[in-house]
Formats: sequence, C-alpha cells, structure tokens
Amino acid sequence: MPDVVVETRDLCRSFGGGRRLLGGLKPLVRAVDGVSLRVERGRTLGIVGESGCGKSTLARMLVGLLEPSAGTIILDGKPVDERKRENRLDFHRKVQLVFQDPLSSLNPRKTVRQILEAPLQVLLGMSRAERAARVTELMRLVSLRPEFVDRYPHEFSGGQCQRIGIARALAAEPALIVLDEPVSALDVSIQAQVLRLLKDLQQRLGLTYVFISHDLAVVENICDRIAVMYFGKVVEEGSKADIFRRPAHDYTKLLLASVPVPGRRHSQR
Amino acid sequence: MTSLALDETGDAPPRSRPSAWNRLSRNALATFGLVLVVAIAAIAAAAPLLPLADPNATDVANRLQPVFSDGHWLGTDQLGRDILSRLIWGTRVSLAVGIAATLVATAIGALIGLVAAYYGRWTDTLLMRGIDMLMAFPYLLLALAIVAVLGPGLLNAMVAIALVNIPFFARAVRGATVSLVTREYVDAARLCGMSNPRIIAREIFPNVLPVIVITMSTTLGWMILETAGLSFLGLGAQPPQADLGSMLGDGRKLIVTAPHVATIPGLVILLLVIGTNLLGDGLRDVLDPRLKSGALARPMAVTAVDASAGRPAAGAPNAAEAPLLSVQGLETHFVMGRAVFRAVNGVSFDVAAGEAVGIVGESGSGKSVTALSLLGLVPTPPGRIVGGDIRFRGESLIGAPLSRLQDIRGNRIAYIFQDPLTTLNPLLTVGEQVTEAVRRHQNLDSGRARQWTLELFERVQIPRAKERLASYPHELSGGQRQRVGIAMALANDPDLIIADEPTTALDVTTQAQVLKLLDELRRERGAALIFITHDFGVVSELCDRILVMYAGRVVEEGPVEAVFADPRHPYTRRLMACVPILGEPERSIDAIPGLPPAVNRLPPGCAFAPRCPLVLDACRHGEIPLDRLGDGRAARCIRAQESDQESSDA
Repeated sequence: MPDVVVETRDLCRSFGGGRRLLGGLKPLVRAVDGVSLRVERGRTLGIVGESGCGKSTLARMLVGLLEPSAGTIILDGKPVDERKRENRLDFHRKVQLVFQDPLSSLNPRKTVRQILEAPLQVLLGMSRAERAARVTELMRLVSLRPEFVDRYPHEFSGGQCQRIGIARALAAEPALIVLDEPVSALDVSIQAQVLRLLKDLQQRLGLTYVFISHDLAVVENICDRIAVMYFGKVVEEGSKADIFRRPAHDYTKLLLASVPVPGRRHSQR
Repeated sequence: MTSLALDETGDAPPRSRPSAWNRLSRNALATFGLVLVVAIAAIAAAAPLLPLADPNATDVANRLQPVFSDGHWLGTDQLGRDILSRLIWGTRVSLAVGIAATLVATAIGALIGLVAAYYGRWTDTLLMRGIDMLMAFPYLLLALAIVAVLGPGLLNAMVAIALVNIPFFARAVRGATVSLVTREYVDAARLCGMSNPRIIAREIFPNVLPVIVITMSTTLGWMILETAGLSFLGLGAQPPQADLGSMLGDGRKLIVTAPHVATIPGLVILLLVIGTNLLGDGLRDVLDPRLKSGALARPMAVTAVDASAGRPAAGAPNAAEAPLLSVQGLETHFVMGRAVFRAVNGVSFDVAAGEAVGIVGESGSGKSVTALSLLGLVPTPPGRIVGGDIRFRGESLIGAPLSRLQDIRGNRIAYIFQDPLTTLNPLLTVGEQVTEAVRRHQNLDSGRARQWTLELFERVQIPRAKERLASYPHELSGGQRQRVGIAMALANDPDLIIADEPTTALDVTTQAQVLKLLDELRRERGAALIFITHDFGVVSELCDRILVMYAGRVVEEGPVEAVFADPRHPYTRRLMACVPILGEPERSIDAIPGLPPAVNRLPPGCAFAPRCPLVLDACRHGEIPLDRLGDGRAARCIRAQESDQESSDA
C-alpha cells in the first residue's frame, strides 16, 4: 500500500454566485470542479494546464489559503478541518507553498532573517537561539551565504529571492510543498539552478512536491506523475511516461503538439 | 550528485541611486519649506527660554504701540500686550494643536483604513460607509457642531479638527492597503501561521507607512489653518491665551486704525502653511514610489544621440547593395546618477530582405534595448545612444530628424510588443487604433481605411472580425489582442517587423497559433523579421539566423540549425544545457553557476569569463573579438575554433 501524503476527494471551488441587490443571479464560475488526486511520499505530482484552468486555485486550496466549496482534503490519512485556528496551524506545519513571483512573495521591508524566522516562531515556537541556528541551516540548504541573512529582498537577484522563498517553505519541515509556477518568472539559466536545487533537496530530505506549471518541458523534467487540467477538471492523469508518450486525451495531445522544441521545426513549408 | 556551489555573486551593489535625503535637499523649494518650518518651530519651542515679555500682561497705557516702538519690537495690541511675545507663544499653541490633531487623525484614520482594507467585505462596507457619512457634512459645519456640543476651548477644537480629517486619512490608507492585501507576501505570512492583527501590524503597516507620512505632511498645513480658523471664530483658544487664529480675530476690528495687530499673525500663518506645504510636496516626491521610478521624467519622443554616434563608416555601401538593415557597433547606455549601465555594448548585425533573425538572451542581455534603439524608442532620460550606426536601406537612422523616424515607425519598420494590453490604448476601440495606424502612413479616406482594417483583421484570423473592430482591448483575450498587434504591424506592409517576446504572455496552444500566423503572413509579404525571445524552441520554429546576446554583446551568431547542432561559444552551450527539452526527460539540466554581470560593472575581457568552464587567463584581458568562423557563423570566444571543447571541459 503506497504511502499517501495528501489526497483530495471531489475538491470543488466556485467563485461568484449569489444574488444581486436587485434580484438576478450573479454568474457562477467553477474554478475547480471535482478534482480527486493523491500524492505519494517522496514523489512529485505535476499539474499542468493553461491560464484559467484552475491550477492556482487548486494550489491555494491545497495549502489552506482558500476554503473548498465542496470536497475534502485528506492529509496523512486525516480529513482537514480548517475552522479552528489550532487545526489551521497544524495544517500550515504540514503543507507549505512556494510562490510564482519571488520578489512579491517577500516583504520588501523585512530582512531575510525576519522572513525566515516567522514560520519558526509562530508555527514551531522556537526560541531565539534555536531560530538563529535554523536560519543559518536553511540558508546553507538553499545555497545562499548565511552572512546575507540581514539583507533586504531587493538586494538579491530573482533566483536568489526564489531560494529564500523555498527556504521559508522548508522552515517548518512540512510533509508537502506545493510549488505554484516556481520557475516561470526566472531566466532559463536561473531556472535550471532552481530546478537542480529542488531535485537535490527532494533527494536529501525526502520531500514531497506538487509542482504546478504551464511549461510541459519543465514538468516532464521534474515530475513523476502528471495531471492535466482543463476548465477546472483533471482530464488526464498518469505516470510521466504515459502522459508524454501515449497521451489519451485530445487536449493533452494538443498541448504537447504546441510546444516549440529547440532545434526542431514543426511546420512544414 | 554535485551540490550547488555557494552563491559567490551576492555582493551588495554600490548604491547608485541617491538617498532620499539627497533627493530632498536637491529640491530647492522643499529645502526652503524645511528651513522655514524648522526655524519657526525652533523659535516657538524655545519660547520659555527667550527673554520675552509676559504674553498675557496687559498695559492699557501702552496700547496699540506701532512696530519697532521702544521695548516692543512688533508693537502692542489693544490691551497693551507685547505682540512679539504673544506671537511666539501663539505660534507654539497653533503648532501644537495642528500637530496633535494631525497625529490623532492619522492614528484613527490609518487604523480604520487598514482594518477596512484588510478584512474587506462587510467590515469594509460598514467602516467606509460610516466615513462617507462623515464626509457628507460640510466639514466646517461639522467642526462647529462638535465645538458647539463640547463647548469652546483649544482641546475641543483639536478634537473637532482631528475628527473631520479622519475620512481623509482613512481613504488614503485604505486605498494604499487594498493593493497590498493581495500581495503574495501577505499570503506567505498567513501560511506562517500569523494572526490577522499581527499581519496588519508587521507585514502591511510598514509598507503603507510612506503613504501615511505623505498624507500627514501634506495635511499639516491645512490642520494649522483650520485651528486658526476655529480660534478666529472664537471657538478655539480662549482669552487671554494667544494663538495665531485668536490674535487674527482680535486684530480684525482694528484693521483700519492699527493694521499691524492683525497683519503680523496673518503673515506668520502664511509662512507656516507655505513652509509645511512645500515640505510636504517635497516629501511626497521623495517617498512616492510612482514618482521615484521616474514617472515625472517625461521621456523625449526620440532617444538622445551623442555626437560621436552615427558617423557614416568609411566606404559605406550605396543603397542599392546595402542590406535591408545594417547595425554597426551600436552602443546604448543608461545613465542613472553616477552609474552608467552599458545595456548595448557594440552590437553589429545585418538583416537581409525577407530574412528572419532571432535575438536570444536572458533578461538584461540587451536584446530589447537593441530593438528599441533601431528607431530611437529607448526612453531619454535615462537612455542615450552613444556610438555606432544604424542604416536602413543605406539611410542612417541615428540622428535622423524625428519627423523622418515617425515616417518609418509603424510604416517601413513595425513593432509587435509583448503584451498588447499595455501598448493598445484602453479608451479607443481596436478598429480605431488600427485604422489610425493605416491613415497615418497611407493616403486613404476613413471608409477605405476601415475597409482595409477589416481585411487585416480577417487576415490575422480574428473570428467575427467585423464585430471585433468595435471592441475595446480589454474585451479581447490575450491571443486575440496579439492578433490585433500583428494586424497593426502589418497595416502598412512593412519591410521589417520587430517582434519583442510577442508570445511570452500567451498560453502554449495560443502561442503555437500566433507563431504560425506571424510566420505565414511575413512570408506572404516578404517582410524581414527580428524576433526577440528567451525561448530556444520558438527561435527554431521561426528563424533563419540567430544572434545570442550576453551582457550587451552578441556572443554568437549563425544559421539556427548550425548553432543548435554545434554551438561555438561556451555561453550558448551552457544556456542550451539549461533548457529542459520536451521528450527528453532523462536529459540532465546543467545550471550555469553564478549570475550575469551587472552592466554598470562589466569585467574586462569576456563578460562570461567568471562563469565559464573553459576560461583561460587571456579571457580576462582586453577586447575579445567576434571570431568569424565561416558559413556565416561567428563567436566572441578565443577558443571558438578549438574542436571538441566538451572533452576539455570534462
């Protein structure tokens, strides 16, 4: 029996709905519409799809930033109930998020130390000395010099900021890290550094990832299983080899055919 | 598995931007305001220490002494009190009340604004509608009513003034906070388990502080004026206490017989308010992030060109044999403070008629600035073209008059930008905008221009083209907007299309459609293409020739297939090794250690040397020339000719 870290059952989230002041219904958008997925420990699940397919909404529900309209998230075998603050803190200890935009996910008026200490202090209740030691350890883990810990985010490059974001997610030693387009704002050479780091960390620490991206080549490179989303639904899910070599759904086929490949010309002239 | 080397390149860059204090002191009016306010405040604060007469001691025998009379420099008032003493003590009171009222209004207003914006929904509705109700009363009337209820007196006047100014602060702070609440770092703070009050206090408040300071500094003068107003009406300071408003009110009746009694406090109010307002405006200019980024500096319609640039090279070919576009030694710099950013650093290339050239590089490599320099579209300030020449059909475009450039822009050379949402005018329909581009360059009446626009829309496969003419940019999807961008670029049958990352903002399926369309239409009309991108896949799809840029220079060029099959510059090779390729999941992606150099501190020799695995001593000195390798290929590397570089790498 595989060791499942997180499982979603018929997860739904809709926006809008309800009534206007003068009668009439507001339009209802089903951003995520009945998604059931499971992620095994130490593996990476890729979620691909185009803008508006609901992948970011799914990510926000998985980390507890957004409450599902329906369905359940089962974490380590227990359904998550976010209504109590204590449960929420427990949830945040187990699941963390790495954001897309490295710079806007770091508060410009806080030093790296303050940013990294926040989860240690609030989620783990560490003492000052413990926090200092852990912050140094985290900086080393993401290959940043510990001396830079008292600098502000704008003094770092985009790739370095994303490493700080990854260090913050790692801080509380979560069971699952959700990565929402973690490399799409980065240049290719920096993107490669971050992807290497993520793979390296996964091997060393046995991390579990949900990797959300629109870039199929990146997903193919880093993920074990892949779910393809289209208009809020998972249209196809399977192992990497199945999805990329033998796509079953027409939308998956279209996606794969649309990706330009270096050194290859698709269009016949 | 090799672990990543520690980042060696994280040294803090030297501050090239002048500090806030420097910028404030450079603003002459703000400095004047600051000096004025500090001088007045210092004198008022020192009142107990100064050898002043008792401000409240009456001496009816010496009433209404004129200015410069013995013992009374500024004369006396109707009760014989020393005006200088009353003025200084009065200024002290007025300043204290004004500042106190500002602080109270700021504290309450900012709190309401923060809470309303952070919690949103019904909290926001409730609080802000309350604020609206407060604003619905004429504020002087409201202040009068408050004083009427609480009774006259300085403290009550201060309360009244603070209260009526709360809405102003609440709205300003709410506006600033609303845009911060959706920032990702607020989400990150939630994920760190922080409670809502803590997020407001620790994460959001420091970021709205500049807005609060700006609002305070621009309102302080107003508050002092209002305090004076209430005292003038007899509702503030009560006799015998002096403040500027009550002194003005007392002197009002004597304006004919003893004008100095009213004029002097009036002048002090004037100076104080002018001082605070000038200082406030100066502080706003310094602190407002939108102004800081240079929104006030209006760029000129054409990039400034230094005299050294644009001199025709010896033996320039005549127009008949010249390539369509020839760029020679182009240098475009950005001057910010004392730092010079060499964004484009001696770029040369030709584009033949009908040819598609891809320019590839990472951000900051100078690819976009190169493209914008061609028609003088780099904003000045801070950009300047300091060297080189650009020839289009043999005609030099550098230093060409604006009218000539405008005839070429959008006509012979057309641009397609990354996201048309930011380049299309949101207030005009897309049909109007394309028609305008047509009529600027072609002598067509409006009916025929519209007809041509419709044809263009059909050519770029916009569904229901006729209806779409009347759509506004925001009503179209990203892919449709980019089709409009292409239609506009094609409007005047250009000889050269410059496309700057036109599909980066699009989904991959839309990107495939748009690229196919662009390629077909370009070939159909024989237009040349300069395609700027960071995506090797897109270049392969579209281009004949490729230029790879790094730190403002072309480091490699050649036919696309040849460069991909056998890159000769180590940067090209390492960059290609970074890219995951679809269908090759087992390919290990190799990161390039370190970061690209800052273009204001370029190392001597090869800019890639610090990151290069094949580096030699010779790489770090002098100018590395572009080595012509034959078959149209070139690489700016002293080891470009070595065969089998990879084995020496291992």
